[in-house]
Amino acid sequence: MNKLDRKLLRDLGQMKGQVIAIALVIAAGIAVFTMSMCAYASLKHGQTTFYRDFRFADVFSDARRCPDAVLERLQSIEGVTTVESRLMFNVLLDVPGLKEPATAKLISIPDSGESRLNQVYISRGRMVEPNRRGEVVVSEMFAEAHEFVPGDTVTAVINGKSQRLTIVGIALSPEFVIQIQGGSMLPDKKRFGIFWMSRRDLEAAFDMSGAFNNVTAKLAYGANSKHVIDAMDHLLEPYGSIGAYDRSENVSHQFVNDELLQLKTMATIAPSIFLSVAAFLLNIVITRIITKQREQIAALKAFGYSNLEVGLHYLNLVLIIAIGGMVLGTGFGIWMAAELTEMYQGFYKFPLLKMQIHRSAILIALLLTTTITVIGTWLAVRKAIRLPPAEAMRPEPPPDYRPTVIERFFPTQLLPAALRIVVRNVQRKPFKSAASVVGIAMSIAVLVLGAFSLDALDYLIEFQFRKAQRQDLTVGFVEPATASVIHEISDLDGVLESETTRSVATRIRFGHRSRRIGILGLEPSPQLFRLLSESGQSINIPGHGVTLNSKLAEILGCELGDFVMVEVLQDERPVVQLEVTAIVDEYGGINAYMAKHQVHEMLKESAVASGAFLKVDPNKLDDVYRELEMRPGVANVSTKEASIKSFKDTVAENMLTMRAFNIMFAIVIAIGVVYNSARISLSEQSRDLATMRVIGFTRREVSAVLLGEIGLFTMLAIPLGCFIGWSLAWILITGLATENYRIPLIIDTSTYAFAVAVVMGATLASGFIVQRRISNLDLIGVLKTRD
Amino acid sequence: MSQSATQTREAVFRATEITKTYVMGEVKVHALRGVSVELYEKEFIVLLGASGSGKSTLLNILGGLDVPTSGSVYYENTELTASSPSDLTMYRREHVGFVFQFYNLIPSLTAKENVELITEIAADPMDPMDALALVKLEDRADHFPAQLSGGEQQRVAIARAIAKRPEVLLCDEPTGALDVKTGIVVLEAIAHINRELGTTTAVITHNAAIAGMADRVISLSDGQISGIKTNETKIDASQLAW
Repeated sequence: MNKLDRKLLRDLGQMKGQVIAIALVIAAGIAVFTMSMCAYASLKHGQTTFYRDFRFADVFSDARRCPDAVLERLQSIEGVTTVESRLMFNVLLDVPGLKEPATAKLISIPDSGESRLNQVYISRGRMVEPNRRGEVVVSEMFAEAHEFVPGDTVTAVINGKSQRLTIVGIALSPEFVIQIQGGSMLPDKKRFGIFWMSRRDLEAAFDMSGAFNNVTAKLAYGANSKHVIDAMDHLLEPYGSIGAYDRSENVSHQFVNDELLQLKTMATIAPSIFLSVAAFLLNIVITRIITKQREQIAALKAFGYSNLEVGLHYLNLVLIIAIGGMVLGTGFGIWMAAELTEMYQGFYKFPLLKMQIHRSAILIALLLTTTITVIGTWLAVRKAIRLPPAEAMRPEPPPDYRPTVIERFFPTQLLPAALRIVVRNVQRKPFKSAASVVGIAMSIAVLVLGAFSLDALDYLIEFQFRKAQRQDLTVGFVEPATASVIHEISDLDGVLESETTRSVATRIRFGHRSRRIGILGLEPSPQLFRLLSESGQSINIPGHGVTLNSKLAEILGCELGDFVMVEVLQDERPVVQLEVTAIVDEYGGINAYMAKHQVHEMLKESAVASGAFLKVDPNKLDDVYRELEMRPGVANVSTKEASIKSFKDTVAENMLTMRAFNIMFAIVIAIGVVYNSARISLSEQSRDLATMRVIGFTRREVSAVLLGEIGLFTMLAIPLGCFIGWSLAWILITGLATENYRIPLIIDTSTYAFAVAVVMGATLASGFIVQRRISNLDLIGVLKTRD
Repeated sequence: MSQSATQTREAVFRATEITKTYVMGEVKVHALRGVSVELYEKEFIVLLGASGSGKSTLLNILGGLDVPTSGSVYYENTELTASSPSDLTMYRREHVGFVFQFYNLIPSLTAKENVELITEIAADPMDPMDALALVKLEDRADHFPAQLSGGEQQRVAIARAIAKRPEVLLCDEPTGALDVKTGIVVLEAIAHINRELGTTTAVITHNAAIAGMADRVISLSDGQISGIKTNETKIDASQLAW
């Protein structure tokens, strides 16, 4: 090892506190980056291989009843390589130990025993056998939630008849990586499951021999899915198709893609924050070292070391810190990614979700760290390179202080002289001061960003499920129910209020954009299912036109007063032009609403209902469930509270874990900035502080001068940090707003208070550590040296 | 000042048999080896000695910046050697004025503000402008150290030291960083303070030429007092040359 390298190591040893603090800031940024990239790679890999190996279809379509003969014509659509017909029915289940009815989506398995598309992966047990009746394979998520094992039985109400089903296998499917019941915003693994049954069984139960009600297709590479969808719609229209759609409308696919998008966003935001803070810290540290080592630089150059060698020496110093942090962060990031991948396994069901180490991410992290370090420290290092030896031999000229502009407006005469030192120091280095303030503000921002999601989630649940939707149960009917059925249900003992709905499958077009959407017809001034404005004001459905939620309006690109084309995809398939008469805010899904009577008029039908919202006496919920379960006309029942609870259990837990990491990282930033700034101030001012001690200032008074600066920075950082946190949250939720969820920008005061408290705690702690060094100031040495 | 006059005065400092040993790594440095000395009220003392003679160590101990390894030091009736670090801080704050070789002004404060730094914490300070007037710098009050010459900076340092009306003024090589002409101006200022305010003044120097302006000259070498000389007639600082 050459002597210059040895000096480098000793210099690092001298400032190990600062080295560790900065390395940790870099480690935090790189950890989040590596974690996101590895988790992204793992999830993407799990998704891609599952889709490919189990032949996830590209295009899907439902129909009412389509004869098998049509299949051949579907197969011959240009661009389609494989097509498969299925039977698909939602039925109610009576699950032992579960009070509320659960819904099962029954999907047929061809008699061959293996589907051609959307194949299932049997994780336990076996596939159903075509000749044995009553056998089912159950989705793993549902089986896990109820601890089902092969051999267990459940009772289903199939076409009005109770039937015992024997579970023979547990399976996963690329179509249902996450299971969400249609129309629901939240996954509920206890109350919604996928059941695969032999086609023969289903044909018999639903009287569907020689026909199918669902078809999926795989397309040739590069085929235009829009053309295929149009061709399919054309063929299936006579058989009650409500329009074909591609993967982008598959809820499970959307959720996984949303998660992937979120990981990408995290991989961008986190390193930008942490590495820019680290670049600033490296800059102030190396600037100070070079100033302190002026005479050493002069000596080195006088002895014949080249400018390049001197420059590299200081660049190596910062690179060792940065790369040390990067290595630490990579290790921690990989560990976090493994944890996250494991967490995903409880949420997303892939047969093989193996943690992938994203090698190029590590390379990118290395490049990123090196680049940021060089950029952050270049000006300081260049100063060392350019310093002429003769000039460096002389001590640096005394700092030139002048009364500043601020003092003209804010007379510092009011301050004690000791505090005037603080004010002047802050003013003399405006860049460093501003960067310190921004650095501390960033740690507040990181905390706000990490903690606000819980506030937003609480608000979302409150807004959507308490204020807007006030029903306890949502009932869906197999066929539009007549007035008598509706009366029967609303007269059930325990039902306090009821409101009926009529949903109709449509395609809404505006210009060249279109969306397949179920328009929900609501009763006039509904009380159980209300449409709200952003401020929570109840909005009445106008008697004409169509009401869109803001996300749908955004997707279609239409505004209030525009006319949209509504193509009904069922029955007589009327096409009508409707004015957009209201736009409502909702945090989930893309939805459209009309007055119920308008739907009836449009469909030229009587006052039927496709579903109902019920408010139920809590003490009689169980009875109501039992009654509903028994009714053949009821296709599904969903309970609001149960799904909220199930959702909170999964999501809130994940959020709390992420919040813990965020707190840790924010503390790392706060301590990194505060500790380093205080150490640098101490180094720059140690002579002044020692002089003050000599002439009679107490330790406490001298500490006030040293820590006054950092205290001032912290005070300034608080409002700025809250604002940056708010802005980052805005950027984040805007970037993450998907069709399934929009996170409201809601940050509770307590979240700001929490962020401020954590950062103030970190400031006090690092202030305390540095303050202890005041006791060790060399009072005698300072009298004899010139600085 | 005569010998008898000196003896009738009160002793401000009484140091008895003080030793100071520094442990520098594996080497022991004996900076003071049994020094006993008394400094009297209103006296102007020059501590003369070569580098390493122990004069700075002695001044630091008298100023409450350092404690001896053995021996006792009394300031009036207070035993400095038995005082806690915070008592020593209060002692420096209330009774001692320091002037350093490199001035040690706070660069971010103007001349007047450097003086105010002291007057704000002292019990019975003079007006900062009066202190600056004593060193003839009242017209430079609003200048920052970087805008002042070395001699001017040192005079500000003297004003800062005496603004609290200290009982003792301790000056460590006050002219060490200055040229002769400027050095003399500074020494004149110190002598002026000693004369006008009656502050007991001790000046450390390795420059024997300065000895002439003292009441007594205490010479140190190798950690011991090698001689004490009383000047029958003091030379005015303006007459000094080196």
